[in-house]
Amino acid sequence: MATQSEAGAISAGTRRTTRMLLNQIFGPLLQILYFVIGSAVILGTIVILLAFLLQGTRSDINLLQGTLIILPQVIVDSLVRGFLYAMIALGYTMVYGVLEFINFAHGEIFMVGAFVVAGFGLMLNSAGILGDFPGILFVIISVLLGAAVSGILAVSVERVAYRPLRNSPKLVLLISTIGMSLVLQDLVRIIATSTPLGFNARVLTPDLGSAIRLATLPNPGGNDINVIIDARSMIFILASIVMLIFLNYLVNVTRVGKAMRAVAQDRPTASLMGINVNNIIALTFLVGGALGGAAGVLFGIRVQAINPYVGFLPGLKAFTAAVLGGIGNITGAMVGGIVLGFLEAFVASYLSLFTAGAFAGANYADIAAFSILIIILIFKPEGLLGEATVQKV
Amino acid sequence: MATSESKTPFATGSNPSNPFLQGPALYALVTAYLVVVPILAIGNMMSNPRPSLIADILFLGLLGSFLVLHKAPVSMTYKGVAAAILLGAVLPFFGTFNQFYMDVMIQIAMFCVLATGLNVVVGFAGLLDLGYIAFYAVGAYTWAIVSTGQANNFISGGHFPLGPEWFFVFLPITLVVGAIFGVLLGLPVLRLKGDYLAIVTLGFGEVIRVLLTNLDRPINITNGAQGIKDIGQPPLFLNPIFNAFGLDLNRAQTVQLHFYVLVAVILLTMLLVVYRLSVSRIGRAWTAIREDETAAIAMGIPLVRMKLLAFVTGASFAGAMGMVFAAKQTFVNPPTFDLIRSINILAMVILGGMGSIPGVLLGAALVTLLNLQILPRITAELEARTNLPSTLDPAQYQRLIFGLMLVLMTIFRPQGLLPEERRKEELHGVVPPDPADIPTKPDDDSAPSSSSPTGSGGSGA
Repeated sequence: MATQSEAGAISAGTRRTTRMLLNQIFGPLLQILYFVIGSAVILGTIVILLAFLLQGTRSDINLLQGTLIILPQVIVDSLVRGFLYAMIALGYTMVYGVLEFINFAHGEIFMVGAFVVAGFGLMLNSAGILGDFPGILFVIISVLLGAAVSGILAVSVERVAYRPLRNSPKLVLLISTIGMSLVLQDLVRIIATSTPLGFNARVLTPDLGSAIRLATLPNPGGNDINVIIDARSMIFILASIVMLIFLNYLVNVTRVGKAMRAVAQDRPTASLMGINVNNIIALTFLVGGALGGAAGVLFGIRVQAINPYVGFLPGLKAFTAAVLGGIGNITGAMVGGIVLGFLEAFVASYLSLFTAGAFAGANYADIAAFSILIIILIFKPEGLLGEATVQKV
Repeated sequence: MATSESKTPFATGSNPSNPFLQGPALYALVTAYLVVVPILAIGNMMSNPRPSLIADILFLGLLGSFLVLHKAPVSMTYKGVAAAILLGAVLPFFGTFNQFYMDVMIQIAMFCVLATGLNVVVGFAGLLDLGYIAFYAVGAYTWAIVSTGQANNFISGGHFPLGPEWFFVFLPITLVVGAIFGVLLGLPVLRLKGDYLAIVTLGFGEVIRVLLTNLDRPINITNGAQGIKDIGQPPLFLNPIFNAFGLDLNRAQTVQLHFYVLVAVILLTMLLVVYRLSVSRIGRAWTAIREDETAAIAMGIPLVRMKLLAFVTGASFAGAMGMVFAAKQTFVNPPTFDLIRSINILAMVILGGMGSIPGVLLGAALVTLLNLQILPRITAELEARTNLPSTLDPAQYQRLIFGLMLVLMTIFRPQGLLPEERRKEELHGVVPPDPADIPTKPDDDSAPSSSSPTGSGGSGA
């Protein structure tokens, strides 16, 4: 949250110019765009170079051609993963910014969002109106619904399990969040298995449109390459961008946003300035939870098959993303999510191609993510955009 | 905290006014318990060796003897002799009647080792390790790979599978392997602060599990998701002794008794090591690190080395126990070592009391009993009496129960059931020592926080 601190310099009475407003809302998105382009260019160059070097090691296929053919698809996949992690990472980073602890239950808040859309789809289906339901309306309603449920859930969890422990040692609080994560997993499992949803819930959606062809690249060796993006991925990316804009508006422009930043900077002083700290903390959980829930809805719509444990791994990786970007820094969380998404998608797609199938890339993508976490924590613990902190004694 | 202390039913040591709880009366009472309960339990087993509700309760009473012994203010000699008789004769004899109870006892001892190991890391040094099960997995897979033909896939010469006599060679080896992995993980991450450490160790645990699942290609090392079966068991080295006593045991009973002895020996060794460490200079260094890292550095404590030592102590015993586990189950596969197991062990430590050795033993026993015996028993009794749908089967609520346990313990009794003295003071240091504050509801946080200098100021409440 520190990069936007210049906004705090403006006194409450000053009118912002339109330019400043746009800068505050879209500045972070511009930064994301730089990182998207940067990651795509750097990683793309690396894989093409690797393919060039390893050309000829595989007799069955032309490695360079194979690399180029899947590259656009890998970038689309990277974007989807990146925005997924970015949205979940925001929840971690906002809570960390305000309370300085890791909310392990956040992955479960995300999972609840996915179950909300599964339940909503099932309800429409049993009412017999799912097929005729307009796709856009379905997405909007389910995102709002998922955000509301997850946001309220996050606030309740904070109220019940974290607030009584606010002055306890960090270790104790951390254990409470782990416990809460398990409780939520099992509660959702019980609800899912005792309703028609089932443990492995399918997310039923109306027809969301077919794949969109973005471009056609000429291929000298054979058929032209179509760069396509399926509608669900498209929805994911667009909806994420809309929500990130909203978040930037909330945090950087509005009065409560300023209060949130103040609480993150210095809780006791913020409370002396007349900010209701407890309410702001609850609001932080509400916003973080709502973003996580919305991400869960979009994730559910995209993957279409979920279970109560789907939140764990994305949650863990989103935390990695938050650390990568600099924990406590909102723009950092978005950027970290994007970078992590790119790295992971490239490892998942190209590892087995380059090792002739010896290592299944999809499985090693997780390892890549955690290796990044460890490397970042060792060499640059403040993250890509974070500021180094000095511990005062 | 004086009021809450005197309310505790077992805190008899601080209450000398009660005539039943001192002198000969006390010894008579404790001895009576230690004689009557085993006689009842074994008598019940002799008449009907099948598990039943009565047998379960008597079994719990039998295990409760250790708690009675720990809590009763009797002399150390008495405690030692009684515990030795219980461990060396009563429990194994009881176990020969029924394999299920024997298995529960072995598993309790195994989890006691794991919980004690994690306690060194979490309780003594204050480092939250959520990937503890990874070391256990490493030990288990080490023995699994060398005691089956699996190792022939990457070590040429066809020396494998190794015979059972190699078990005792590999016990120290897995100890070292666990330690090496502890160093490998510890060196890069121990410079991190508490919550980062938690997530990195969690990631490490997942990485190990993913590797175990996927290392069947390009070279088949772990046999992937199918796991490794027909793992070698230790040699039945105690058979001459059993024969000398003229015991008539079948094969399964013999194997179980061997594991019982093995696990008990490892547990006692570990308890000795950990106890000696905790009262040594190293143990005090760990406490200092836990309480205040910065102050510990200022006092000249080599931070990384001490943290590493805590990590390695925990990891090495977990490695050795993993090997025993693999030999006992004769089958390992990656899902055995998932996060929920790490959390399970953490729940044992939290339940019993971080930093308290008797506490984590109690926690390990309670959680294992809950998992293996109490929940299945409740399920069986419920199913016999009501037509409960199988989705509401209490034995499936593990996550919910352990999650709730963690949350409730941290809120209401963060010091654990059998707390360590220093930890108790530490956790209550932030609450004003006013007795009127003690019964305060935990959701009413305005009172404690407003009087604490680090609090949120209470302006919002």
